[in-house]
Amino acid sequence: MQKQAIFQSRLLPYALVAPQLAIVLIFFYWPALQAVIQSFLLQDAFGLSTTFVWFENYIDLFRDPSYFEAIVRTFFFSFAIAVSSLSFALLLAVMADKPLRGSMLYRTLLIWPYAVAPPVVGVLWIFMLHPSLGVLSRYLRGLGVDWNPLLDGDQAAALIILAAAWKQISYNFLFFLAGLQAIPKSVFEAAAIDGARPMRRFWTVTFPLLSPTIFFLLVVNIVYAFFDTFGIIDTMTRGGPGTSTVTLVYKVYSDGLLGGNLGSSAAQSVILMVMVIVLTGIQFRFVERKVTY
Amino acid sequence: MALRHFGAAAAVALTVGMSASPAWAVTEIQWWHAMTGANNDVIVKLATDFNASQADYKVIPTYKGNYPDTMNAGIAAFRAGNAPHIMQVFEVGTATMMAATGAVKPVYKLMAEAGEKFDPKIYLPAITGYYSTSKGEMLSFPFNSSSTVMWVNLDELKKANVEIPKTWPETFEAAKKLKAAGHDTCGFSGSWVTWVNLEQLSAWHNVPLASKANGLDGFDTVLEFNGPLQVKHLETLVELQKTKTYDYAGRTNTGEGRFTSGECPIYLTSSAFFGNVKAQAKFNFTAVPMPYYPDVKGAPQNSIIGGASLWVMGGKPAAEYKGVAKFLTFLSDTDRQVYIHKASGYLPITKAAYAKAKADGFYKDQPYLETPLLELTNKEPTENSRGLRLGNMVQLRDVWSEEIEQALAGKKTAKQALDAAVERGNTMLRQFEKTAVK
Repeated sequence: MQKQAIFQSRLLPYALVAPQLAIVLIFFYWPALQAVIQSFLLQDAFGLSTTFVWFENYIDLFRDPSYFEAIVRTFFFSFAIAVSSLSFALLLAVMADKPLRGSMLYRTLLIWPYAVAPPVVGVLWIFMLHPSLGVLSRYLRGLGVDWNPLLDGDQAAALIILAAAWKQISYNFLFFLAGLQAIPKSVFEAAAIDGARPMRRFWTVTFPLLSPTIFFLLVVNIVYAFFDTFGIIDTMTRGGPGTSTVTLVYKVYSDGLLGGNLGSSAAQSVILMVMVIVLTGIQFRFVERKVTY
Repeated sequence: MALRHFGAAAAVALTVGMSASPAWAVTEIQWWHAMTGANNDVIVKLATDFNASQADYKVIPTYKGNYPDTMNAGIAAFRAGNAPHIMQVFEVGTATMMAATGAVKPVYKLMAEAGEKFDPKIYLPAITGYYSTSKGEMLSFPFNSSSTVMWVNLDELKKANVEIPKTWPETFEAAKKLKAAGHDTCGFSGSWVTWVNLEQLSAWHNVPLASKANGLDGFDTVLEFNGPLQVKHLETLVELQKTKTYDYAGRTNTGEGRFTSGECPIYLTSSAFFGNVKAQAKFNFTAVPMPYYPDVKGAPQNSIIGGASLWVMGGKPAAEYKGVAKFLTFLSDTDRQVYIHKASGYLPITKAAYAKAKADGFYKDQPYLETPLLELTNKEPTENSRGLRLGNMVQLRDVWSEEIEQALAGKKTAKQALDAAVERGNTMLRQFEKTAVK
């Protein structure tokens, strides 16, 4: 591998990356640093009185059973969202990869939902599944389901998972489709000649060859479920009923902006940041190496 | 080529901008608010009228999102050193704003320093009491006030042969009959579950929601709403939820469509719901006072207000405060208050405006518009019914709602839920007390 620099001046490369670095420093490192500082402070909403309290905000958090509940809930949500949206997207991608008439149209239509903003997704699903106004709730009630996500926590959780997974299907679909098209046709032909049936061909040829895409998407989906589901939760359930849809990110918002407890909110963001760093670390160190190409 | 054009355009824009700003001698006053639709039009008209009435000041209203968004935007702007002059803050943000000494300019001080004529006695005490110190000093200027009323679908009640209920037991009976008459998903319901069923319920029956006059006398207040009245009320709701005689409609007002659609024939929510009811309901309706428990001595007491007030932010030059003071005087004008009342359905804040609306015959055709005023002025307010001042009230309400939801879902008893709501709420109040500026 040739890695010879082609720049004449030694300063030029630095100058070229400087804008990007500046953006990263100002918009990522600076706020992150602020959050770390804030997490050691006890401060009123207006920033008029400030006390340095060391790790009190963190200790309070770990003493709070509701915080652990939120952690468990967040992992459950992330897992459920990632698995359901990945498997559904894979199914759709395998279907759309087949030579069909008008496949371009199908593909475009399947990618569309990705352009919808999370709060809008929330509103759409509210309209469909609102206990008294929703179109789908009428059918559910017709089937004998006592559908009331305003009071039933499990149903509310299912609602969030459904809406969040639906939103992510398009993104996954796009990557899966690209991944499928990158697999050489000759491999399938060889397997077919060896007498492997479609299902067997999928599990022994397609699936292993897609594994890098799957792992990449798994991490992306988990991070998505951790952070980007906020808009959906905020518009659909606001964390309720009870606390059955309060995830870590929602708690950061609710404690900080609704409760004015910036110290605790900052401490929670720092913990979240650590979690994502770990997750990304796993992706880079472990997954990228283990995946067979 | 294109780039050069852009550069030239930017340079022109810059010079124009620079030369334009010092040319105006008008002092600008920023007003951040949370009003949408017809109420936004009222705000714009008030600002336009004020700007046309004099040449020294220019009020610029800006919509900043819903109530919590507006408040957060204001707080963030204050931290960044460019807060607006006037900020509309909902009633539950009162304690947070009040605790921020230095960040806000109390209205009574503002008026005195600006040398503006200001008589606190011209305002309706049931409204200004919420925004005043216990000594009666007005901290913020009430802008849009409402109260809880019971909206009734007259056609459906008539069909089911039900009288308009006055007490809670009558309401429960009426709901059962309505359910039997075909409203099998909702006999009655309401919005803002904690406002209606804890805050207003307590005030209306002269029972404390929290100690220290519901927090008005100090931040060391302790929640006390797990008493027998509130527990009994919630127990009944839980029982009725099982059959959907009462059906929970959510923490905020998102369930209000269930009244206008005709699904819920009895619905407790803000009097400010009027605009939507008028626009959407295809039936005869009215609004009557909240029901009460006749076995509680002295009930009904008086209701408390909801809505928002205008807070003047601190740290601005005196010249700008003078303009703010003039604007508040402008808003207090009787005819203007009558206009706000009629256009928005929110309550007039001065005694004179109330009297004038009455003299105009405004309530003759629409008696339900007077209902919240009758509730607020029903009796002389007591310690338990003057208002609420609890820190972190937005999140407190969420926590209380969480517990009420658990009770309604049958996961906790009413007593357990309210005990937990009190306990969790007290922890949050102590947290607020720690950070509040002494």
